[in-house]
Amino acid sequence: MEELMLARIQFASTTLFHFIFVPLSIGLAFIIAIMQSMYVIKKQEIYKKMTKFWGIFFLINFAVGVVTGIIQEFQFGMNWSDYSRFVGDVFGPPLAIEALLAFFVESTFIGLWVFGWDKLPKKLHLACIWIVSIGTMLSALWILAANSFMQNPVGYTINNGRAEMNDIVAVLTNEKLWVAFPHTIFGAFTTAAFLVIGVSAWNLLKKREIEFFKRSMTISLIVGLVSGLGIAFSGHSQAAYLIDAQPMKMAAAEGLWEDSEDPAPWTLFANIDVENKESTARIEIPYMLSYLAYGEFSGKIEGMNTLQEKYEKKYGEGDYIPPVKTTFWSFRVMVAAGGLIILLSALGLFLTWRKKIEKSTRYLKWLVPAIFLPYIANSAGWIMSEIGRQPWVVNGLMLTADGVSPNVSSGQILFSLISFSLIYTLLGIVMVYLFIRVIKQGPNEKPKEDISASDPFNAGGLQDAVK
Amino acid sequence: MQLSELWFVLVGVLFVGFVFLEGFDFGVGMSTKFLAKNDLEKRVLINTIGPFWDANEVWLLTAGGAMFAAFPHWYATLFSGYYLPFVVLLLALIARGVAFEFRGKVDSKRWTQTWDWAILLGSILPPFLLGVLFSGLIKGLPIDENMNMHAGFLDIVNVYTVVGGLAFVLLSYLHGLMFITLKTTGSLRERARQAALKMYIASGAVVVLFVVLTAVYTEAFAEKGAILIPVYGLAIVLYLLLYPLLRNKKEGFSFTVTGIIMVLVTSSFFIALFPNVMISSIDIVNNLTVYNAASGDYSLKLMAIVAAIMVPIVLGYTIWSYYVFRKRVTSKEHLEY
Ligand code: HDD
Ligand code: HEM
Ligand code: HEM
Repeated sequence: MEELMLARIQFASTTLFHFIFVPLSIGLAFIIAIMQSMYVIKKQEIYKKMTKFWGIFFLINFAVGVVTGIIQEFQFGMNWSDYSRFVGDVFGPPLAIEALLAFFVESTFIGLWVFGWDKLPKKLHLACIWIVSIGTMLSALWILAANSFMQNPVGYTINNGRAEMNDIVAVLTNEKLWVAFPHTIFGAFTTAAFLVIGVSAWNLLKKREIEFFKRSMTISLIVGLVSGLGIAFSGHSQAAYLIDAQPMKMAAAEGLWEDSEDPAPWTLFANIDVENKESTARIEIPYMLSYLAYGEFSGKIEGMNTLQEKYEKKYGEGDYIPPVKTTFWSFRVMVAAGGLIILLSALGLFLTWRKKIEKSTRYLKWLVPAIFLPYIANSAGWIMSEIGRQPWVVNGLMLTADGVSPNVSSGQILFSLISFSLIYTLLGIVMVYLFIRVIKQGPNEKPKEDISASDPFNAGGLQDAVK
Repeated sequence: MQLSELWFVLVGVLFVGFVFLEGFDFGVGMSTKFLAKNDLEKRVLINTIGPFWDANEVWLLTAGGAMFAAFPHWYATLFSGYYLPFVVLLLALIARGVAFEFRGKVDSKRWTQTWDWAILLGSILPPFLLGVLFSGLIKGLPIDENMNMHAGFLDIVNVYTVVGGLAFVLLSYLHGLMFITLKTTGSLRERARQAALKMYIASGAVVVLFVVLTAVYTEAFAEKGAILIPVYGLAIVLYLLLYPLLRNKKEGFSFTVTGIIMVLVTSSFFIALFPNVMISSIDIVNNLTVYNAASGDYSLKLMAIVAAIMVPIVLGYTIWSYYVFRKRVTSKEHLEY
């Protein structure tokens, strides 16, 4: 079905695009809040300068995050109307609460923060950015609550041919939510940390504003290391949880067709042959998968063939195996990026501690491309998570193919897909261009003056200029 | 009152709030083209809504979210049925949202002019499309027995809905001009008032035309005349009052009056609809109503509790933020955008 394909491509591309900006917003709000707190506590101008400089990135990024989010809010109804009818009862409330609880907070307090520098007392102004930061995390919490329901439906009954909520506490204590939320938030923190680290490294290489960028970097290296470790731990609980709740996804992520041996090894690399249902040329780390799954060095894991048989018995004929290669490789890309993130931030803190950081040019050069690492990992994580759930849109309850809008034609979707892609490409280019501009200008560039003298309708303007 | 009826009212309130608040944003956006004489004036205008526009837009997002949660079928039928208009609406909102942030970031004429166009289109198209879509709702749309809407171009765009769209655009512009008289000084403030006076007859005529066409093309008056006649009557009386208020430079009152008119006009759609949420032009048994489109009682109750707690808090800090930025914007101070 052409409509289904197009609708999926559109959803995947717009959502992945939204999630390029989301983590940076969440992370930068937090890092900026730290910087401004240091300004308020230590009263050193350099921290104010930092807050303002990194704030520019935050605001540009936030604007794009907001506008790409607007599409997300309405896209379910537009392209996935049968899905919306089926889950609206459970899925709608978190979305509505997210808007009421988080979006209002974010947008109002960002306004207060941006325009309130001279209008609010210092501490109240500082509170505003912290409130923004908490708002971004609340927003993540609620949207992930909705997403977790799709991964692991809880707190509902099937009634009138649809899922109806009967237990909000179950929806909010969904175990999936509480492994995904910390993982996503830590991922967001590293995204922002590595942007600050990378830009600072570039400036240190150019020997510009050494003090400013060294301090920015230290703050972010700490955030980077702590959240890098947080990612690893929470990623581990994600994997452990998957074996329980979505064993098929985990088996696909391991390229495991037959049941594993006991104890199960973790596959570093394999050549996956989907047609013959086998994975060859495996390079394995013994015991590791058992450890990931059960926290001990024994226990075996079911393979896709076994699970497929089980599911056919339970749900009827059908292919319940997700795209294996995509799931397998996106998992590996994410884990590799996670390893590098921890390594790089630990090394950076070590060099900072030995006071060698600005001389370690080779290391600094690595940090510039490392800006992209968290971005790659974030996308890979979502790809693994969402593709690995296929063919289900709501795990075990509704197939993706049944969720699509029956009354929207492929021509219409093609039109929206092309126009969204065009405007997103444009936004992406403009964003990168603006970021590079801000980086080149550096923290000392004065914002352009407001020339009161040239203001023809304001008498006060002229007098001020003369004075 | 049943829970689903309560939620119909709440969704209505959210849309009304959106139109009231974002209405003046849209108007200010239009005035950057039609009122501002130079770049500095444009910036002053944009800065009058700087701290507010994003939060105002969240009213729309919340209305959409509440619709999804309380009336999944309404959400599904409406958004899939109006697919293309919503694509255009989203594109316009995207362009507008980033334009405010991007516009001042590069010192080049071409750059600012490009984003000025984005602001203009992004401020005209959304109120126009919303007017079109709301009018379509009460006129009726081809909805089949599975609640799916298969609308052709003329179902969506026709004389009645276009007039509805124009009415929204003009009212937003007027409302925006009133906001400008409140938030600026000097000649800009005076010109905004003059512009409103010039617009007065034209926009009044379009609104009256819209009310007349509503009587011609829809069942609204036949069914809800008892409520709609006083509502539109009040709107027209207020509109007549606006003229002396404008002449006498009663800026606060004028803003309040245009605001109430927008509230009345938007509410009239919801009054006309009830108890339907979507009217089928094929067969009235296909109508979506507040009863057959709603979520289960559990969700509705839960959401009602959340709304009862959160809405006052949101209103509280929203009002506070308007209070913090109550001063008029002049080009003397730092302009963020
Ligand atoms: C883990 C976090 C996360 C995830 C998975 C999503 N979002 Fe998002 N969203 C945010 C975290 C976020 C945020 C941090 O709150 C944003 C991003 C940047 C921003 O400016 O706010 C935001 C903005 C944002 C906005 C604009 C809000 C405003 O105007 O202030 C909307 C309407 C949505 N999102 C809706 C969605 C929907 C329907 C999603 C599901 C497909 C989604 N987001 C995924
Ligand atoms: C922002 C982070 C997210 C990203 C990057 C993401 C990415 C993806 C991807 C790559 C797919 C698979 C597309 C396909 O196989 O066709 C998908 C499917 C889907 N996701 Fe997500 N997702 C995210 C969050 C969410 C959330 C939070 C929800 C719900 C609240 C959601 C709802 C869906 C739905 C309904 C589908 C099925 C449609 C489809 O298969 O395309 N996603 N998503
Ligand atoms: C350190 C090694 C890592 C491990 C073991 C790991 C583990 C996992 C697992 C198992 C999932 C899938 C959950 C599901 O499908 O239900 C996942 C998802 C995800 N990962 Fe990772 N991850 C690691 C590193 C990272 C890094 C470095 C980032 C980003 C900076 C990241 C970001 C994400 C995101 C955004 C998702 C999708 C959201 C979710 O389902 O929670 N991960 N991770």
